[in-house]
Amino acid sequence: MYGTHNAKSEGRSIGTSFSHYPPSVFRTTLSWRFIPVLVAVLVLIPVGTVILSFLTPTGDVWQHLVETILPSLLINTFWLALGVSVSSALLGVSLAWFTAVCDFPGRKIFSWGLMLPLAIPAYVMAFVTLGLFDFTGPIQTSLRSWLGPELFWFPNVRGRLGVIIVMTLAFYPYVYLLARNAFLTQGKRSLEAAQSLGLNRTQGFLKVALPMARPWIASGVMLVLMETLADFGTVAVFNYDTFTTAIYKAWFSMFSLSAASQLASLLIVIAFVLIVMEQKFRSRMRYAETKQSSRVARISLTGWRAWAVAGFASATLFFAFLLPTTQLIIWATHNFVEEFNQLYLSFLWHSLILSGLASILICSVAVLLVYSARRHPDIVTRVAVRVATIGYALPGVVLAVGIFVPLAWLDNWLREMAMQLFHIETGFLIQGTLAAMLIAYMARFLAVGHYPIDSAMQRITFSIDEASMGLGLNGWNMLKRVHLPILKGGIYTAVTLVFVDVMKEMPITLMTRPFGWDTLAVRIFEMTSEGEWEQAALPAVALVLAGLIPIVLFTHQAEK
Amino acid sequence: MDTPLLELTNIYQAYGDQIVVNNLSLALKKGVIGCLLGPSACGKTTVLRCIAGFEPITAGEIFLNGVKVNSSGFSLQPEQRHIGMVFQDFALFPHLTVAANIDFGLHRMHHTERALRVTEMLQIVGLADVTNNYPHELSGGQQQRVALARALAPRPDLLLLDEPFSNLDVNLRERLSLEVRDILKSQGATAILVTHDQNEAFAIADEIGVMHHGEITQWDTAYNLYHRPSSRFVANFVGQGVFLSGRVLDSRHVEIELGILTADISHQCASDCRVCGEGCYVDVLIRPDDIVHDDASSLQAQIIHKAFRGAKILYTLRLPGGSIALSLVPSHHNHAVGENIGIKLEVDHVVAFSQIAP
Repeated sequence: MYGTHNAKSEGRSIGTSFSHYPPSVFRTTLSWRFIPVLVAVLVLIPVGTVILSFLTPTGDVWQHLVETILPSLLINTFWLALGVSVSSALLGVSLAWFTAVCDFPGRKIFSWGLMLPLAIPAYVMAFVTLGLFDFTGPIQTSLRSWLGPELFWFPNVRGRLGVIIVMTLAFYPYVYLLARNAFLTQGKRSLEAAQSLGLNRTQGFLKVALPMARPWIASGVMLVLMETLADFGTVAVFNYDTFTTAIYKAWFSMFSLSAASQLASLLIVIAFVLIVMEQKFRSRMRYAETKQSSRVARISLTGWRAWAVAGFASATLFFAFLLPTTQLIIWATHNFVEEFNQLYLSFLWHSLILSGLASILICSVAVLLVYSARRHPDIVTRVAVRVATIGYALPGVVLAVGIFVPLAWLDNWLREMAMQLFHIETGFLIQGTLAAMLIAYMARFLAVGHYPIDSAMQRITFSIDEASMGLGLNGWNMLKRVHLPILKGGIYTAVTLVFVDVMKEMPITLMTRPFGWDTLAVRIFEMTSEGEWEQAALPAVALVLAGLIPIVLFTHQAEK
Repeated sequence: MDTPLLELTNIYQAYGDQIVVNNLSLALKKGVIGCLLGPSACGKTTVLRCIAGFEPITAGEIFLNGVKVNSSGFSLQPEQRHIGMVFQDFALFPHLTVAANIDFGLHRMHHTERALRVTEMLQIVGLADVTNNYPHELSGGQQQRVALARALAPRPDLLLLDEPFSNLDVNLRERLSLEVRDILKSQGATAILVTHDQNEAFAIADEIGVMHHGEITQWDTAYNLYHRPSSRFVANFVGQGVFLSGRVLDSRHVEIELGILTADISHQCASDCRVCGEGCYVDVLIRPDDIVHDDASSLQAQIIHKAFRGAKILYTLRLPGGSIALSLVPSHHNHAVGENIGIKLEVDHVVAFSQIAP
């Protein structure tokens, strides 16, 4: 494509600079080519560090891990991943089908209401559920007061099943959103085609709608799997040992950095398998997209079917959103006076300042990446951008370890150099600073900021640049009057999403924060690890409120 | 007497207060290709969807092979009607290959028979070389053929085609519509096509119903729709032309400003004209081919527009009396706008509608 362009422009005469590609927007000496590569290297350092420790295993640490915790970690992770992905798929796909294609009482409310659980971090859902259903919780207590002291039949919430249920309720919206999108864009036309070929509705769903939506569903399940593997807070609350908690314990309880990196390297291998699979499904989504969706009548459910579906949707909404938020509000108001103090305000302030700094940094880097990709749409830049945005699939714990190891090494080196050259004890310069923490955030969340800005940039075609140059606008004027207004929406979205994600983030904050920098998420971790559910409620309310912002934004945009 | 394959008797369809199909009846014999032709939003697609069973009807009855499939409150499921449908956007299954798409509706057939039928359909629509491709790898014309093959494969009693060519470019449309007619005829299929494009309707259909405001205004052959339109709407919608004011001299002669036309005009007028006969004022339809260019003629008209059409030029003329008329002239008679040219009348079919006020 560019070849023909060049061939044409070589032979051009004066005054045809409109066909020049790409337009020279910036007249600076800075080479845009380096930015994506630089960012990619920055992200690759933690990943590379972890992978390197996988390639150079120290025998005794491995031996120890294999003999002690590794088998149970693998079994726990396997059952968790299987349970959460299967049940999220069932829950998400069925709800998506009912709200996208059928009609039943309350459908409109459920269509957006079923997204709301996205606002609740999984670890918040976890401690509320434990607080509610545990032996000392209100449910079992009141049941005992009715039925006598022996509730043998009541299932153990703390077990594997409990974790799976909580994570399913927290993560099913990923499948729900993607599958719903697929069912909506399919339209009812394909179902009608199936009917005109002699299939009834159930057969049509199984043979046409479901297979057509498969790439979307698979992509949603992949996201759920990534979140499940990356999760630290939920499994920590439940004391259910997985890789993430094991890495944390190896670091903080056993002070064994090598054990932590060994475990992290195993986790990263699993994550990479998921990344490759997700990419595969995503590329299939592109061609399976239908051209237009037809606005035709929904299948309206009647009688007991309608009420059964409405009941099913209500139950999901109740357990995944209404029940936990109500309980949170009750706890938060109950101890508001004791908890809403100077300490709480400092958690809130730390959360806000960290999220603010991180979102400014990440979105600025994302803008730079997007512009360099536009100026040099070649293979090097594309690969660099892909690598730079890969962190969304990597567990925060892994990134924390991966950032810490090279920084500690660099710090030691700097300290020794200072000692040898100037005979000064400098102490540690980099580790435990905000800078280290922000780099870790960037590695994890760059994709979140990059995606909305990149899709906004797709709308600024080169002919828009050429048109504005033809109208006498150039350089910064064009940036200000043409690009910025078009990009604005994407940048706002990016800043909001990153802000909220960083605010909810737990393991990176926990493991790389400077001394004294406790945030809301850290407070929740500390309170829940002592079983003080009520004291974790007030910080959790703030996080849920923040989490609602992007959902409101998202539905608002979708309605336009 | 044969029962028609498809019969609609006085059907109504409404969304809320808005009546979409208004007291519509039609009958179609086996092996005939019918067409519903009309401007957008005239209800033609809705009629098709009612026949297929995707929309309920508010009143009236629909019979297939003499069996009632639809009346108010009762509707046979679409999948039990044995009606094939070709959708406007083709609605091919993107996750299935061409062969699998065609095979999709053959689930009631025996395994070997299925494979034979798929091969046969691929041959008929000329797609044997893309059997294992996916729909997104095909051109628009190829997708259209797959859609047709898929709908025809189960040998439906009736085939419905909803604006089947509107997604294709103009050149392809014309060629494919003739091809589709051949395929339908070779399969002995009975079909109804819905379109807003009269060329498409003329190319494919044996019988055409012109629809307006949810009603069929005229059900006829293409020839009759053009030359014997039964209403002003049909006269305007099908083909080009203008109305010139005229006065009836007697039952066989009408005088317009260009001269006296000879024809039996009474039956066109009878429906809404009670005073037809001598002295009655009518509007006479003059088609572009009714006015012929003749340099020798003493009758002169001024060219006010010209549109080059290749073999012909369509001139818009101002007649001596001030009225506007159209004339289709072989394109070697190339005249400039503003020029006066000689014309003469050659009207084979006189179409006249009574004027509301004389």
